[in-house]
Amino acid sequence: MKAGAPDKFIVKGKRLDGRKIDELRPIKIKAGVIKSADGSAYLEMGETTVLVAVRGPREVIPRHLAMPDKAYLNCVYDMMSFATPERNRPGPSRRSTEISKVMKDALSPAIFLEKYPKTKIDIYAEITNANAGTRCAAITAASVALADAGIEMKDIVASIGVGKAGGKLMLDLFEPEDNFGEADVPIAIMPRTEEITLLQMDGDLSKDELKKLIAIGKKACKEIYKKQKQALKKKFETEKEAKK
Amino acid sequence: MAKEKIHIKNRDIVVPGDLLAEGMAYLPSGKAFREDNKIYAATVGLISIKGRVIKVIPLAGKYMPKKGDVVIGRVTNMGYSGWHLDVNSPYNADLNIGEATREYIDLAKTDLSKYFDIGEYALAEVINISENKYIKLSTKKRPYRKLKGGNIIEVSPTKIPRIIGKAGSMIKMLKDSSGCDIIVGQNGIVWIKGTPEKEALVAQAIHRIEKESHTKGLTYNIKKMLGGKKK
Repeated sequence: MKAGAPDKFIVKGKRLDGRKIDELRPIKIKAGVIKSADGSAYLEMGETTVLVAVRGPREVIPRHLAMPDKAYLNCVYDMMSFATPERNRPGPSRRSTEISKVMKDALSPAIFLEKYPKTKIDIYAEITNANAGTRCAAITAASVALADAGIEMKDIVASIGVGKAGGKLMLDLFEPEDNFGEADVPIAIMPRTEEITLLQMDGDLSKDELKKLIAIGKKACKEIYKKQKQALKKKFETEKEAKK
Repeated sequence: MAKEKIHIKNRDIVVPGDLLAEGMAYLPSGKAFREDNKIYAATVGLISIKGRVIKVIPLAGKYMPKKGDVVIGRVTNMGYSGWHLDVNSPYNADLNIGEATREYIDLAKTDLSKYFDIGEYALAEVINISENKYIKLSTKKRPYRKLKGGNIIEVSPTKIPRIIGKAGSMIKMLKDSSGCDIIVGQNGIVWIKGTPEKEALVAQAIHRIEKESHTKGLTYNIKKMLGGKKK
C-alpha cells in the first residue's frame, strides 16, 4: 500500500467522511455567476469546487477550425495553482489536455451543434478546489453553463465518479478513496435517455463490479440532474418573479 | 396508439430536456424539438401554448440572424466595394455598395467613407443569408440609414420583444415621455438620440425593462420612472 493510505476505508459502517456507501457529497449548483460570460455555473461537490464559463456561439478563431455544418466545441479544463494541498504548476499539462478532450466528448452529444454552423462554442472550466471527481464536477457544471447560455441542447449531462475502495463499491469518491482505493470510474450520462457519454476506469475491477458501478452511477446522475434543473429554473424564475 | 398528454402549463419555465408533451397531436415550435412521439425543450425558455402548437420562447441566447430582420450594425471594415458590419451575432455581415444607396457611385472617384466610415453605426435590413452563413444587408430603403450621433446600448436579443411591447406600446411610451429618438435592432442593439440627460434616462429604463422583463405592470413602472425624474 502507498504511503499515507488510511488503514480502513469503512469504520463502523460509515466512510471516512461519515457518509454511507451510496451517499453523495452535498451538492450546490448556481447558474449565471459570471456576468461577462454568455453562460456560467458554479458547482460545489463536497470540497471540490468548479467555476465554468461558456462563451459563444461566436466567430471561430483560427478561421480554419470552422466547420460548414456544425459548431466547433472547444473545452478547456484547468486546475488553479491553489486547488490542491501542494501548489501545482499553473498552465496546461498532460492531464488537463486529456480531461479537456474527455469533457468535450462527454458534452458534445448533448448539444445541437448542427444548429450553429461555422461558429465556435468555448467552455472554460476552472477547478478552484480539488478533492476528487473534478472532471465529473466540471462536466456537470459545464452543462448547466451551456443551458444558461441559451444553447440548444438535447439534454443536460450529469456526471459522477464511482469506484471501489477497501473492497466495497462506493458512490462519489473523495480524496483518500480516490488516491488509495482500488479503482475509480467517472461516468457521465444524459439522464433522459440514459445514454453514456463518458466512461473511464482507473484501477482493477471485475466485469460484474463495473456493471454494478455503472448502475449505481446512473442512479446518482439522475439525482444530480434534478439539482441541475433546479439551479437553472431558480435563476430564470427569480427573474420572472422578481416583482410580481 | 400512444397516449396524448401535455405536461406543462402556459408561461411555465422549462430547461433543456424537459418533457413537454406526448403524442403526435401536438406540434413543437420555437426552441422545442420532437423525438419519437415526445416533445422536449431545447433551451431554457418560457412556454406558450396556442392550440396544438407548443412553443418554447428562449430566455437566453445569442442573436441568430433571420431574413427580414432589422438590425443595427457597427462598421468594422471597408472593402473595395462595400463594408463589413458587426451585427452582434456569430456571423459577419456584408453591406455592398449596390445595396447601400440608390445613388450612383463612381468607385474611381469616391471615397467610400463618405457613406459609412469605420466605427459608425447603420440601421439595416437583413436581405439574405447565404448557404455558408454570409449575411447580406441593405440600407437602400427608407428607414434604413446611417445613425448619426446618439447613444448605443446593448441588451439581450431575447428581451427585444419586451422592449418593443405589444404592438409597439412600450417603445412608443418611451419615445413619447422622453422625447428621444429610439431605434431597436432585432440583434439587441438600441440607438437613442435626444438630450444627454434624457438619453441616459432612457438607457436606464431599457436596462430595467431587460432586467424585469417578466414582471407585471412594467409599462406603468417605467412610465413613472421617466415621468418622475422629469423635474
